[in-house]
Amino acid sequence: MKRAITACGAVLALALAAGTATAEDKLKVCFVYVGPHNDGGWSEGHEHGREMLQEALNDKVESSYVENVAEGPDAERAIERLARSGCGLIFTTSFGFMDPTIAAAEKFPDVKFEHATGYKTADNVTSYNARFYQGRYIIGQIAAKISEAGVAGYIASFPIPEVVMGINAFMLGAQSVNPDFQVKIVWINTWFDPAKEADAAKALFDQGADIITQHTDSPAPLQIAEERGLHAFGQAFDQIEFAPNAQLTAIIDNWGPYYIERAQAVLNGTWETQSTWYGLKEGLVVMAPYTNMPDDVKAEAQATEAAITNGELHPFKGPIFNQAGEQVIGEGENLDDGTLLGMNWYVQGIDDQLPQ
Amino acid sequence: MRMTGSRMRRMRVRLELIRRPAPSTLMTVASPLVAVALTVATGFVIFAAFGVDPLEALYFFFIEPLTAAWSLEELVVKATPIVLIAIGLSVCFLSNTWNIGAEGQLIAGAIFGSIPPIFFPEWQGPLILPVMIAMGILGGMLYGAIPAVLKVRFGANEILTSLMLVYVAQLMVDYLARGPWRNPEGLNFPDSRPFEGWQLLPKLFGTEIHLSIAFVILAVVVVAFVMRSTITGFQVRVIGEAPRAGAFAGFSRNRMILLVFLISGGFAGLAGVSEVAGPIGQLRISVSPGYGFTAIIVAFLGRLNPIGILIAGFVLALTFLGGEGAQIMLGLPEQMTRVFQGMLLFYVLACDTFIHYRVRVRTKHAAAAEA
Amino acid sequence: MGMIEGIMLTIITAATPLLIAALGELVAERSGVLNLGVEGMMAVGAVCGFAVAFETGEPVLGFLAAIAGGIIMAALFGVVTLIFVANQVASGLALTLFGLGLSGMLGSAYVGRPGVGMGNLDIPVLSDLPLVGALVFGLDPITYVAAALAVAVWWFLFRSRGGLVLRAVGDSHASAHALGYNVIGVRFMAVLFGGACAGLAGGYLSLVYTPQWAQDMTNGRGWIALALVVFATWLPGRVVLGALIFGAVSILQLHAQARDVAVASQFLSMLPYLTTIVVLVIISRNRLLLRVNTPACLGQPFVPDR
Repeated sequence: MKRAITACGAVLALALAAGTATAEDKLKVCFVYVGPHNDGGWSEGHEHGREMLQEALNDKVESSYVENVAEGPDAERAIERLARSGCGLIFTTSFGFMDPTIAAAEKFPDVKFEHATGYKTADNVTSYNARFYQGRYIIGQIAAKISEAGVAGYIASFPIPEVVMGINAFMLGAQSVNPDFQVKIVWINTWFDPAKEADAAKALFDQGADIITQHTDSPAPLQIAEERGLHAFGQAFDQIEFAPNAQLTAIIDNWGPYYIERAQAVLNGTWETQSTWYGLKEGLVVMAPYTNMPDDVKAEAQATEAAITNGELHPFKGPIFNQAGEQVIGEGENLDDGTLLGMNWYVQGIDDQLPQ
Repeated sequence: MRMTGSRMRRMRVRLELIRRPAPSTLMTVASPLVAVALTVATGFVIFAAFGVDPLEALYFFFIEPLTAAWSLEELVVKATPIVLIAIGLSVCFLSNTWNIGAEGQLIAGAIFGSIPPIFFPEWQGPLILPVMIAMGILGGMLYGAIPAVLKVRFGANEILTSLMLVYVAQLMVDYLARGPWRNPEGLNFPDSRPFEGWQLLPKLFGTEIHLSIAFVILAVVVVAFVMRSTITGFQVRVIGEAPRAGAFAGFSRNRMILLVFLISGGFAGLAGVSEVAGPIGQLRISVSPGYGFTAIIVAFLGRLNPIGILIAGFVLALTFLGGEGAQIMLGLPEQMTRVFQGMLLFYVLACDTFIHYRVRVRTKHAAAAEA
Repeated sequence: MGMIEGIMLTIITAATPLLIAALGELVAERSGVLNLGVEGMMAVGAVCGFAVAFETGEPVLGFLAAIAGGIIMAALFGVVTLIFVANQVASGLALTLFGLGLSGMLGSAYVGRPGVGMGNLDIPVLSDLPLVGALVFGLDPITYVAAALAVAVWWFLFRSRGGLVLRAVGDSHASAHALGYNVIGVRFMAVLFGGACAGLAGGYLSLVYTPQWAQDMTNGRGWIALALVVFATWLPGRVVLGALIFGAVSILQLHAQARDVAVASQFLSMLPYLTTIVVLVIISRNRLLLRVNTPACLGQPFVPDR
């Protein structure tokens, strides 16, 4: 019964798709965004990736997206709908889309799915993420060099492993320059609220930080740094236009190369399920030009970037101690990806407490 | 310009609303149709302005979701929580009490309903689901009781307290799902453990539709009956329409406020637990994309009448699904859906005026002396 | 700049948009109209203000456009609720939905563009005075507008004839009508004023607070403004106080976090809302005060019978 209904729906959907699609033999690549496609942050990063993909493989690929999709049942419906409308490759670009993606993938075994920032995979579901922590290590180093107070402010969104990992990487980078460096953390419980991000930036500056970074999406913290004549870093994009004198660099989300690679794999018939975690080396994480800093700091930042890119330096190299002073990993070893992906503890030197 | 001393007569046209002695049957039927027609007409203009073929866009918004079995199923899934909440709210609004916080009560229902499977993950058996549902309803009722008590005891405005409690509930579920209640096997990601087996609402006839649709039908029938044929229903309406008459008749306004908040909170709680035990299948940092607010619109679109709400809930669900189709097929922005829904509601509200009023056009010959 | 001074400045900035929007809503409610669409009007004001300032490079024109955007939205509400006597609660919610959607559509071209900001006042000597300098003479211009607006609204409502009429309309539209006042006309003007204020508040967000435009950037501030009106028992002076208290709670919780207060941040984020409820309850207990100041016809439709 169910199969009959599904089949019936699929036929209808295909008939409709055939009616509207311009070229049926192109690979249809579809994207699901959690925010507006032009949110100036996370979703827009993926949208840029989609545009790069469209440009690179224009004669073989046709792409489209659904935006502002709420995590939960709406996501499952939207993903299935894309599968029905003839998409051969579907990217679901928010952590909360993980279970809906897995569920949809079971119903559409012939469609390839790719889920960002999760950990579950299936025969036709790949998971992918970018090693943004590499960039955060670099900006931690820069912060420790530039800061006169020896105190940085960190505007954090939600206590999930991705964010905690970023804070730790930033701190490890800073400690590599100044072992007594301090970081003050403010959680604002939102990914995007310009006014609240601005308030948090002001609070951190007023509490003695002279440099800030943020794991939220708007350029508001940079604007406040600009206003105060202090320094900050861009997030997700090169936001130098918002703070020509304050931005030191930015960690840019650059999903395009990955999207092109995967669409090409489908076209070649070589697509396989996997878990990818690309970073600076593969060009998924890109550092914006190093600006507003002395030449020696810039040179050092570039050296660190090169070392991470060619694999000489791992931001989470041992020895690393947790807040209780226990050694988590010894000299000569690096934290493995599994530990990083589930990170819910701080490294030594951070005064904040994580909700357990 | 100067009118050289002459007197001129101007025609002034005035529109006046005249209350009808009885609601117009014709307009009761015609008003929603007119409203939909006006929405479609305005939509036509907007789509054309966006450079999209208006007929195609309207097709995707209103017709396409009705052309396939799967999307009809999805329509039911989407409409279920909205209608459930709206039914409860209609009782509240009929009594002239303003519960704007159904979203918070929904979340409370989801939290309470998740307690059994989260604390007793091994518990399987026919009993757990009824316990979860009862807990969910209880959670919604308790959370709904807060603004009611604050209103009755302290006179605090229920619109605002119930709304503020929505934000509190959202932060609370966020805290629980990220902190103490998160799945121990979930790599510290912010979700509870997935509910399994008996902890989930069964799906009907191999479709995506969960048992919760039965709650909707039950709610429509029961509320329609109670409001039409029982003393309580009568009291609600009297207090809503003429509070003083209600007071003279000995109905307690305070008891009524408490009652309608418990009813609407309970329904919202039921919707909440039905979501976590149904389509979502676990407790998440967000359990609703604003169903509690959408339901307010649906309650009014349905004219606070259970059958009307059922229809309105499906119409609104249709625009949600249609909006997605329009995005995928035509590249229209998602915001278009919200604009569309707002417009539809405006037109319905405005057109409904003609059920109770007729318009008289009066022409006045006003003499205006201008020198 | 000292820490205390910095904190106080931040609180004032946080309070300003709430204050402006709440003052407008207060006037509308005093005339008997409950407009729950503040959030939608603010969003449209924010996008109109940003777009015009961006295109012309003139923040002042931006603010005028923000006000105009708010007024147009309010006019829509006025037509539906005052002329077509539709339910005000439902219409207000529809206005919010419509405004958030519309602003997103209008603003899609302006996302990710740095806006035209407005600097702070800088009066030689005065702005540099210790402590009071920055707080009294060094704010952004709109903050002074907001303060003046509070005084003007108070004066209008309680010291002018027009205010008397407006309050009469809100307290008993039947009597006001019998006395020959144009109830619908007065209410329409009050609603438009509310829209203008909401638009200005939205413009403040996109032009001063964070000179940028983004979808849903109002983030519930319109609702807070609505709460402030009741919180203030419809008195302008208390709106100022309420806005500052709300601003203080939301700012100080950030400072508490920066100082490692070991409470889950979600609970700290709840504080502004819980504070609102608690203050609402405390104020509401004084029933006499409430009875004196609550517009008796709030939310009730009026149709002149003739």
